Amino acid sequence: MLLIDNLTFRYPGDDRDLLHIPHWQVEAGEAIFLSAPSGSGKSTLINLLAGILTPQQGTIRLLDTLINQLSARRRDAFRARHIGMVFQQFNLIPYLSVMDNIRLASHFSALSAAEADKRASQLLDKLGLTEAEAGRKAGLLSVGQQQRVAIARALINEPELLLVDEPTSALDTAHRDRFIDLLMQQLVPARTSLIFVSHDTSLRSHFSRHVEIGALQHDAA
Amino acid sequence: MMLLKLACYSLGSRLGTVLLTVLMMSVSVFVLLSVENIRHQAKESFQQSVSDVDLIVGPRTGQINLLLYSIFHIGVPTHNLSWNSYRMLQQHQDVDWTIPLSLGDSHQGYRVVGTEQQLFAHFRYRADQALDFASGQAFNKTYDAVVGAEVASSLGYQAGDEIVLAHGIADTSFSRHDNHPFQISGILKPTGTPIDRSVFISLTGLEAMHADFPGADTAPNLTPQSVTAVMVGLKSKIKTFTLQREINQYAGEALQAILPGVALSSLWSMLGGVEQTLWVISLLVLLGALIGMVNVLLLSMRERQHELAVLRALGYRPGFLFALLQLEALLITVSSIIVALLALAAGDIWLRQWLLSQFGLFLSESLLQPGMAHLLMGIVLAAVVSALLPAINAYRQGLNLQLR
Repeated sequence: MLLIDNLTFRYPGDDRDLLHIPHWQVEAGEAIFLSAPSGSGKSTLINLLAGILTPQQGTIRLLDTLINQLSARRRDAFRARHIGMVFQQFNLIPYLSVMDNIRLASHFSALSAAEADKRASQLLDKLGLTEAEAGRKAGLLSVGQQQRVAIARALINEPELLLVDEPTSALDTAHRDRFIDLLMQQLVPARTSLIFVSHDTSLRSHFSRHVEIGALQHDAA
Repeated sequence: MMLLKLACYSLGSRLGTVLLTVLMMSVSVFVLLSVENIRHQAKESFQQSVSDVDLIVGPRTGQINLLLYSIFHIGVPTHNLSWNSYRMLQQHQDVDWTIPLSLGDSHQGYRVVGTEQQLFAHFRYRADQALDFASGQAFNKTYDAVVGAEVASSLGYQAGDEIVLAHGIADTSFSRHDNHPFQISGILKPTGTPIDRSVFISLTGLEAMHADFPGADTAPNLTPQSVTAVMVGLKSKIKTFTLQREINQYAGEALQAILPGVALSSLWSMLGGVEQTLWVISLLVLLGALIGMVNVLLLSMRERQHELAVLRALGYRPGFLFALLQLEALLITVSSIIVALLALAAGDIWLRQWLLSQFGLFLSESLLQPGMAHLLMGIVLAAVVSALLPAINAYRQGLNLQLR
C-alpha cells in the first residue's frame, strides 16, 4: 500500500537531512501507531506522505503511484481522492455548517452530490452527531464534536490512507479512548490503512503495529 | 459552486468589516458616477443653451463677455449697441430675423431682459426647441412681462400677478420702479437654460419704465436708444462668415459679431480645469476605496491561515485560493456598485431638482444610462487588478503551506 525507499528530506538552507528513511512499508488495512516526540520531523513526514512536500531523494509509492514524481496538480488531486487527514485542531472551517465542511471534501468524490450527502449523514449518524448538529456552523460545536466531524470528512471519500496527527491532545482521557474507538470502527477492514501520529505512547495498545519515528530513520521497520 | 459558497460564507463571517468596505466602495463609486454624469450632462446642457442663432452681435467687448450677457444674462454691460446699428442689422439683406436684448434691471435677483416678440418666435435651445408657455401668452401691452419657469416657481407667481422691477441687478436696489408695476402675461415652461431665470418685457416697456412717468402708454416717443446685444438668424448659413466680417468692420460703430457655438466651446474649455479636477478627485476617492479593500483582504489573510491549510489538505489547489480571494474582492465590488446604483437612482430626482434650481443645469437624461457600463467595467477591472495582491498572497501561502 505504502512503500518508502531511501527517502531523504531537508529544508532549503539546512545543512543536514531532517529525515532519512531507508525503507518503510505499510500494508493495506494496517493500523499503525507512529510515536514521534515533537521536533522529530513528524509534521514533515505527514506533509511528505500527503504530497504537500516532496523529498530530495528516494521514492514514496502509494497505491502503486510514485507520488513524489507527480506534478503538483496531480499530487493535489491524488490527495483529494486517496488520503484523508485529521489534525490536532483547526480541522474545520468555522463559518461553514458541518455538512458544508464535509461537502468541501466530497466535492472531489466520484459520488453524485446527493449520494455523497446521504453517505455523510450516515457517517455523522454512526459518529453520534444528530441531524440538527449537522446543520449547525462548525465553529459552534464542542472540540469533541468537531473531531468527530473531522473523522467523517476524512472518510467521506473512502480513502486508502488515513493520516491522523495528534488528534487527542485537546481531549480528556475518557473522550480520547472513545475517539480512538470511533475512529477504528469507521475504517473499512483490509482497505483503509491508518497512520496515527502521537507522542502519547499510552495509546499504542489500540493499534496493530507501533513504530517509532527514530527507529524508522535507521533500519528497515 | 463550492467556490462561490465559500466566498459568500467567508465574507459573511466577517460581516462588520465587509459591510464597512462595501460602504466605502459604494460611496466612491457613487461619487465617481455622479461626477462623470454631471460633467457630461453639464457640458451638454451648456452647449444646448442656444441653438439656431447664427450670430450674436454687440459692442466690442470680447466674445466671452458678449456671450455671458446675451445667453447667460450674467455681468454688467459697459456699453451698448446703438439703435441705428440695430436697425441696420434688422434691414440687412442677408438677415432673416433679429432678437434684441437689453439688460440692466432686475426683479428679486432675477435678471430683467428687454426684448421683442421675435424671441418667442425664433429663439431655439437644445435640438431646435422653441419656447413654450406653461400658462398665459407673450407680452402684448407695454406693462406686460413674461417670466421663466424658475422665477415663477420660486416666487410663486401666476399669470395675472403684478410685479415691480428694480433698476440695477442687486436684490436690494434702492431705485425701484414702484410706480410702473408690470403684469405677468405668461409663464414659460422649464427649458434648463438661463431663460428659466429671467423676466422678459418688451423694449417699449423697458423704455416706459425708465421714462419714469405714469401713463407711459401715451408717451410720444418710446423708441429705445440702444440695446445690449442682438441675436441674428440668417436667411442662409453660408453668409455667416461674410456677415460676421462685415459687422466687425462696420464703419458706423465698433461692433462685434460672434458665433455662439464657437464662443460656448471656448467658454467651456475655460471651465475645463474645474471639470478635470472633479474627475481626478473622484478617481482618487476610488483609489482610496480600492486600497481600503485590499487592506481588509490582506489583513484577513493572517487569521485565515488555518482555513487555507484545511482547503489545501482536502486537495484544493493554490489556484483555488487565488480564485477565492479574487471572488471575494469581486463580490465586494459588485455589491458596492449595486448599492451605488440604487443610491443614484434614489438621488436622481432630488439631485435633478437641486442642480436645476441651484445651477440651472438641466439633466436631460436619467442619471442611470447605458454609457455608464464602460465606467463600471473599468471599476470592476480596477478591483480585479487591486485584488491581485491578496490573491497572489493566498496563492503563495497555499503553495508553501505546511499542514500541522
